[in-house]
Amino acid sequence: MDYIKAFVVGGLICVIGQIILDSTKLTPAHILVSFLTAGVILGGIGVYEPLVKFAGAGATVPIVGFGYALAKGAIEGAKTNGVLGAFTGGITATAGGIAAAVIFGYIMSLVFKPKTKS
Amino acid sequence: MAIKKIGAQTVKFQNPPSIISTYTIVGPKEGEGPLKDYFDYILEDDTWGQKSFEKAEAKIQEETIKAAITNGNLTNQDIDYLISGDLLNQIVSSTYTARQLSIPYFGLYGACSTMTESLSLGAMLIDGGFADKVVCATSSHFSSAERQFRFPLEYGNQRNFSAQWTVTGAGATILSSTGNGPYITYVTTGKIVDKGIKDASNMGAAMAPAAVDTLITHFKDTGFSPSDYDLIITGDLGKVGKAIVLDLMKKEGYDLSNNYTDCGVEIYDTEKQDTHAGGSGCACSAVVFNGYIYKEMKKGNLKRVLLIATGALHSTTINQQGESIPGIAHAVTIDINKD
Repeated sequence: MDYIKAFVVGGLICVIGQIILDSTKLTPAHILVSFLTAGVILGGIGVYEPLVKFAGAGATVPIVGFGYALAKGAIEGAKTNGVLGAFTGGITATAGGIAAAVIFGYIMSLVFKPKTKS
Repeated sequence: MAIKKIGAQTVKFQNPPSIISTYTIVGPKEGEGPLKDYFDYILEDDTWGQKSFEKAEAKIQEETIKAAITNGNLTNQDIDYLISGDLLNQIVSSTYTARQLSIPYFGLYGACSTMTESLSLGAMLIDGGFADKVVCATSSHFSSAERQFRFPLEYGNQRNFSAQWTVTGAGATILSSTGNGPYITYVTTGKIVDKGIKDASNMGAAMAPAAVDTLITHFKDTGFSPSDYDLIITGDLGKVGKAIVLDLMKKEGYDLSNNYTDCGVEIYDTEKQDTHAGGSGCACSAVVFNGYIYKEMKKGNLKRVLLIATGALHSTTINQQGESIPGIAHAVTIDINKD
């Protein structure tokens, strides 16, 4: 059941992105940044938390989930370390994801070469 | 006095320069398209053993020019000028090709209009008495153009349905003061036309008004009508731009429905090859002209052709700053008879 919930919620988030891509002139980079920002806002006002509890990875793996983790980390940082914590908390909470993106991106660039689309 | 100029924007050559040799090299995708039998060499690997797509494009252009010279039984020393251009920053495919050839070189930037821009200037040099033999050439590569104008391939973005597919390949034409044709008889140089289109994935619509402007000027200057041509062919407007040209020309009272098409429409089978609106790029008109049109003229199947290569003269930087896309189109009349 968890798998189905994750699949449906994750898929729906991607469907929103596809609809925006097909019906506006926004580029994938615009969508990436606006989804991340939306995740920060939704996470900050506490709306995204229930979705994460319901769908698990379906809500945390898309970029919106990264925004949510940033907001959650900043709020928790502020609670423990005050103003400084609000600045450091977000990146601390998402450090694993950032480091993984850098390391796996680097490895993939060594392993694969870009080819012309067909 | 400009004794060879007729009308507003057209030159009529007194001693029309002859095309004495052409050569084309295309990538694997173009080699699967409907015109595959007309190309001289089809690559199996579009990097051609090079480490980058940019280096591959330069090699394609270099080998094309060398083969055109050899085909004409000439050597580099016989050529007075090399006139070439491409899509990359600082037209590197052309300059790095010229580095290898040691032929006096004029570099052009006309984006996808480069083939007719170089033919126009080459023919003027010859009829003006400044040269006997000139090489006109251009190239483009799908993957170097994607990186230059859209996104790097690594980014993996989705392509829009009005987007066109940049042709991988190069075409070269050798013009001579003597020869048995086909001849370049008229040249109509286009003006920049910009109707305010900002969408870089809809180049066909951005360039079509420029093609229409040059076509109408050509007919007025020369007194020709569309039916005087066996074929009127634009460079790389694709399906979207071709429909706009037919429509706008009809409103101006010119019926092109019988003998007009576009190189970008002809080069791919858009249904089978998933190229969306068709082909584009400098090489699109270059390989269709130097391959298909030249060979059909040599066989006598086409007697008089109007080639109008079309260019979108924007850069990604100024486009991102909100500027629209300026279009241009240069027309060249190629005739198997001198007049």
